[in-house]
Amino acid sequence: MYNFIYHRAAGLRQAQHMLGEFDDAKLIAGGQSLLPMMKLRLAAPANLVDLGKIAGLSDIEPDVRSISIGAMATHFEVHNSAVVQEALPALAELAGMIGEPAVRHRGTLGGSIAHNDPTADYPAACLALGATIITTERRIPADAFFTGLFETALMPDEIITAVSFPLAEKAAYQKFRNPASRYAMVGVFVAKHASDVRVAITGAGASGVFRVPAFEEALQGRFSPEALEGLTVSADGLTGDLHASAPYRAHLIGVLARRAVAAANERNDRSDEL
Amino acid sequence: MPTVSLTVNGNPVHADIDPRTLLVQLLRENLRLTGTRVGCDTSQCGSCVVHMDGKAVKSCTVLTLQAEGTAITTIEGLALGETLHPMQQAFRDNHGLQCGFCTSGMIMTAVDMVRRKGHALDDHTIRRELEGNLCRCTGYHNIVKSIAAGARAMESADPLRRAAE
Amino acid sequence: MSATGVGASVRRMEDFRFITGRGRYTDDIARPGQACAAFVRSPHAHATIDRIETGAAAAMPGVCAVLTGADLAADKLGPLICGWMIHSKDGSPMKMAAHPALALGRVYHAGDPVAVVIADSYAQAHEAAEKVEVTYGELPAVVDPAEAQSTNAPQLHEVAPRNTIFEWHLGDAQATDAALKSAKHVTRLELRNNRLAPNAIEPRAAVAEFDAGNDAFTLWYTTQNPHLARLVLSAFIGIAPEHKLRVIAPDVGGAFGSKIFIYPEEVVCLWAARKTGRPVKWVAERSEAFLSDAHGRDHVTRAEMGLDANGKIVGLRVKTIANLGAYMSTFSSSVPTYLYGTLLSGQYDIPAIYCEVDAVYTNTAPVDAYRGAGRPEATYVVERLMEVSAREMGLDPAELRRRNFIKTFPHQTPVIMAYDCGDYPASLERALELAGYNSLNERKQEAARRGRLRGLGLSTYIEACGIAPSQAVGSLGAGVGLWESAEVRVNPTGTVEVLTGSHSHGQGHETTFAQLVSERLGIPIESIAIVHGDTDKVQFGMGTYGSRSAAVGMSAIAKALDKVEAKAKKVAAHMLEAAEADIVFEDGRFTVAGTDKSAAFGEVALNAYIAHKFSGAHLEPGLKEGSFYDPTNFTFPAGCHVCEVEVDPETGETDIVGWTAVDDFGVIINPMIVEGQVHGGIVQGIGQALMEHVVYDAQGQLVTGSLTDYALPRAEDLPPLIVDTTVTPCPSNPLGIKGCGEAGAIAAPAAVMNAITDAIGTEDLAMPATPQAVWAALARTGRREAA
Repeated sequence: MYNFIYHRAAGLRQAQHMLGEFDDAKLIAGGQSLLPMMKLRLAAPANLVDLGKIAGLSDIEPDVRSISIGAMATHFEVHNSAVVQEALPALAELAGMIGEPAVRHRGTLGGSIAHNDPTADYPAACLALGATIITTERRIPADAFFTGLFETALMPDEIITAVSFPLAEKAAYQKFRNPASRYAMVGVFVAKHASDVRVAITGAGASGVFRVPAFEEALQGRFSPEALEGLTVSADGLTGDLHASAPYRAHLIGVLARRAVAAANERNDRSDEL
Repeated sequence: MPTVSLTVNGNPVHADIDPRTLLVQLLRENLRLTGTRVGCDTSQCGSCVVHMDGKAVKSCTVLTLQAEGTAITTIEGLALGETLHPMQQAFRDNHGLQCGFCTSGMIMTAVDMVRRKGHALDDHTIRRELEGNLCRCTGYHNIVKSIAAGARAMESADPLRRAAE
Repeated sequence: MSATGVGASVRRMEDFRFITGRGRYTDDIARPGQACAAFVRSPHAHATIDRIETGAAAAMPGVCAVLTGADLAADKLGPLICGWMIHSKDGSPMKMAAHPALALGRVYHAGDPVAVVIADSYAQAHEAAEKVEVTYGELPAVVDPAEAQSTNAPQLHEVAPRNTIFEWHLGDAQATDAALKSAKHVTRLELRNNRLAPNAIEPRAAVAEFDAGNDAFTLWYTTQNPHLARLVLSAFIGIAPEHKLRVIAPDVGGAFGSKIFIYPEEVVCLWAARKTGRPVKWVAERSEAFLSDAHGRDHVTRAEMGLDANGKIVGLRVKTIANLGAYMSTFSSSVPTYLYGTLLSGQYDIPAIYCEVDAVYTNTAPVDAYRGAGRPEATYVVERLMEVSAREMGLDPAELRRRNFIKTFPHQTPVIMAYDCGDYPASLERALELAGYNSLNERKQEAARRGRLRGLGLSTYIEACGIAPSQAVGSLGAGVGLWESAEVRVNPTGTVEVLTGSHSHGQGHETTFAQLVSERLGIPIESIAIVHGDTDKVQFGMGTYGSRSAAVGMSAIAKALDKVEAKAKKVAAHMLEAAEADIVFEDGRFTVAGTDKSAAFGEVALNAYIAHKFSGAHLEPGLKEGSFYDPTNFTFPAGCHVCEVEVDPETGETDIVGWTAVDDFGVIINPMIVEGQVHGGIVQGIGQALMEHVVYDAQGQLVTGSLTDYALPRAEDLPPLIVDTTVTPCPSNPLGIKGCGEAGAIAAPAAVMNAITDAIGTEDLAMPATPQAVWAALARTGRREAA
C-alpha cells in the first residue's frame, strides 16, 4: 500500500471541504472495495477521508411508495432490516448475497454504488428499481448515475447521503457467481412496477450495469418466464474473460432473467397465501 | 504519526501508527497477537477474521484508524481464562482443523454465525455462511460438523460464558 | 484397544495451541533487529536482462541493501538443483539448466526473481523495489507443453535443444504394439491434466539469521523437510557447512508438496542475512505465491487401451508431454516418470504397457510434486480409459473393472511395481453398496423430471506410497535415500520424547505417533512428546511427503521402541533379579514370567538412569535408542471412490450430490485423522476437476494471479462425504500401514469427470469442468436446452 494522509470527517460538510481542499482525495466508507485495491497498489489516493464516524448516515426509513436507505448503511443492516424485508424483500436478499458475512458487516450501500464496480450487485437493484441517488448536492436518477466502468455522475466533492428505492409490485435478483472471486459473473434484477417493468444486468456489461429493453417490453406484456422464451441478448458489448465468454454471459442473462421472473412471481404467490 | 485508541480483548490500546497500518498488522506486529493470520492479499481467505464491536470483520481489510474507539476481540480473547470457548472445544472434538492456519478465522466466523443465525444450524446454512473462509486441509467436512456442534454447545454454555457473549 | 492406543480416534494433542491462536508459524517469528525482504520480479515471461540500476532504490528510506544476480554470482553461491536423475531412451542424462536464485542475464518466467531489496520494513522494501530499474529485452515465450518441442518454438535454455529435458520411457513397446493390434476394441483418449497452484493457506515464508560470532546460520522456514533443505542449501548451494546451518520448520500451515522444494527466496534470505548482518524475513503475498510456488500436474497425454471381446485389457500405450516450467525444481523429474508411469497398471492385470514421457521447459513457473504427484495423473489416464471403454463396449463400468482386477498377490506389473497385497473387489463392492449404485437409474429419472442431468462416476485407484526403499529409488535416479529415522528418549521419570525425521504440517503426527508409543510402552499419551522440524534436535530425516510418515516414519519409531524394550528388559532383569529371558513386558509393566514380581515402566526407566542395580561392566546406563528404517517395498493403498453429480443443463453448473470413498490404507492408527486426510484429499481432487486451473496467456503472463481468478473449493461447493475403509494389512512394514494422505486427491478427479461425462453424454470435456466448459460441451452435442 502506498502512503496517504488520513482524515477523519466529523460531518458531511467537513468531508466535502476536505475533498475540495486536499489533492487527490478519496472517500472511504467501509473500505471493502477500496482497501483491497490499495493493498494491491492499484489505487493510491494521496488523501483518504473517512466517513465512518459521521452520525445519521445509515438510517433506513420507509415512505409510502419508497424506502430511503442511508449511504453508510452496511449490507448487513440492509439485509436484516425488517423495513426492507417487508417492503422490498428482493433488495434485502440482494444485500445478503454481497460478498460474505464479514464483508457485509463493513461494506456500505453508498460505497458500493460510488465505486460502481461492474461486478457489484447494488447497481443492478438501483437501475431496475428506478432508484434516486441523493447527494449533498442533488438527486440523481439511477439511469443517469452509472456512467461507465468505475464511473458515476458524481462530481469531485459530491457525497452520496442516501438512496431512495421505489417499491415494486414484484422483484427478484438472481446472481451467478464467478467461481473464484464470487462476484457476479452475471446478475439480473427484474422489477415490475405499476407502469413498467425494468430489467438490469450487472457483471456482464463491458461498460457496466445496463438495462435490457427487449426483455422489459416482453415482460410488460406478460410478467412470466415464458414471455422471455426465444429472446436473447447480443454478446456484443458484453465482457469476456477466463471464466465466461461474452456468448456464455449472454446465454446466462437469458436463463437468469427467466429465473428471476419466476422467483418474483413465486414470492408474490407465497405472500398471497399468507 | 496519527494516534489510535481502541480496546483489544478488553485491554485499552493506544498507539502512534503509520496510517497504512491494517488492523491485522496492529494485532500481529504491534500487539504480537499472532493468532490472527494473513493468508491472502485479496480479502478472501478469512484467516484474519476478528470481531469488531461484536461483528466478524476481515482485519486485513480494515485500517486501524477506522477501528478508532471500537472493541476488538481476537482468537486470543475468546477463551474465558483457562476455559475454552465451546466453539474452540467443538473444533477439537470434531477434528475441525489440520494445519491450524485458517482455524482462528474459522472459529471467529463460526461464533459470529451463531450470534446471527442461532444455535440450530443446518449443514446448508453453515456451508453458505463459510463463503468468506478458505481451508485447504479439511475439505470443510469436519469444520461444518464442528460448527454445528459448537453452536449447540454455545446454547448450553455456562452462564458466565453466556453473559460474556 | 486402549483409549489412546493404536486404532483409537484420539483427539489431537496439537490442537490446543491452534484453537487458542498460539500456533507459531514462520510469519509469527520476529527476531531482534529484523529487516524485511522484497523481491523484484520479472514482469516478462522471457527476456534478456540488459541492465539493472539499483542506485535509486538504495537511496530510499530504510533500505539497507539492494542485491542482484551478479552479486550472488560474485559470492559464488551455487544454483538450485533437481535431485533426481532421469535418463532418456537413448541413455543420455536429463538436460538440467542452471537455476540461479536471482536471475543472471535472462529471465525465464513471469515472476522470476531478478533482485532483492532489504529494508527496515515491508512497506519500505516494497517501495524501494519499485525503484529498481531493470531494462529488459523481451523475447518470444512458449507456455503450452504441446508446443514447446516445435522447431518454431522459442528456445529457453541452451543445454536443452527443442526445450526437451528428457524423452523417457518405461515398459515393452513391441509387446504393447502387438497387444493393441490384437485387441477386439481399442479406446483412445486425448487428455490434459490441468495445471494447479497448491495454495496452502499459509504462504511460503523464511526468516534467516547469521551469528557472526559462531559463523553459523539459523533459518526458520516453511518446509516439509528441514534436513533435506539443509543438505541442499549446504552441499549444493554452499550457504554454509551443515554443522553451521540450523533449519527449523516451526508450525507449517499446509504444504501439499509445495513446501518440499528449495526455492530461491530462502537462499537469498540466508545470503542477505550474512551480507547485511541483520536477520532477514520474507513472507510471500498470495499473488507472489501464484507466481513463484511450484505448480502441479500440467500433462498432455494420448492414451490407447486395447481390450479383448470379453472386456479383458490386453495392452495400454501412453504418450505424455509433461511441462516442468522454466527450471527444474527439486524433485520435478521424478514426478512424471517414476511416480507416474509406474502406476499405469492401476488395479488391473494388464499384460503389456508402454509409456513414453517427454519433459519440456516452458516460460512458466517450475512444476513439481503437488498432493499425489504423478499418481493422480496416472489414475486419471487409467480410470478415464476404464469408464470410456465400458461405455463404448456397452458394459457396466463396475463390471468391466471386476473382470480386470488383480486378485492374487504379490503381483508384478509390467511397469516395475510389485503389489504386495490388496482386495480390490472388496472396496468396489462396499462403495457401490454405500453409494446406492443399484438404484442409480431411479435417481437419474427423478432428476430428469426436475430438468437436471444426473450422472455417476467410479474411480478405482491405486497409489505407491511409503516412499521409499532407498536402494530401489537409487537405481531409478534418486539423489538421496528415502528411509526415515527415529530416536526414543526415555527420561528418568518415565516420560518420553520421540524425535522423528518426519514433519507434520497438518497430519497430526504429535497424536498418531504418540498413540503408537503409548500403546507400546503402556504409558499415558500425555507423557509423550513428539519432536520434529529442527535440525539441531533431530539428527537427520527425510521429511513428510508421498504419504510416507506413518508407513516409514512410524516404522522407524517402532524399531526404536523394540530396542528400548530390549534394553529396558535388561534393566528390569537386574532390578527383579531374574533372567532377562524370563522378563515379560505387557501393559507398561515388566514381570518375571510366572511370578508376581514386576516393575512399572517408570521404575525401570529410573533404574536405567540411577544405575544402582547393575554394573557398568554388564550394561550401559540410560534408556535412549535410535533407528533408521529403510522400507523394503513401496506400499499400495487403493480403493474405490464414487461421485454422483447433477448438471444444470441451462447454466452448465455441476453440483456434486454424493461422494462415497472406500479406501484400503492397511492398519489405521487414528481413524478420525485418517478420515480428515481423506476429506481434504478428495476436495483438492474435486477442486482440480471442477474449478482449479493455472492459466498463462500466449505471452506467458499469469492470468490466474490471485484468488479472484484462481478458484479454490469453498464449503458450499461440496457435499457431505461418506468415507469408509477396508483393511488388508501391509506385509511390507512392521505396522501394516499403507498411508492415506494423498488418496483423495488421486482418486477424485477421475471420479468427478466420469460422473459429469455420464450425466452429459459426451466424453468431450476437459478439466476443469467449469460451468462454461460443461455448457460448451453440451452445446457441441446439441443436447443443451435452447437459450
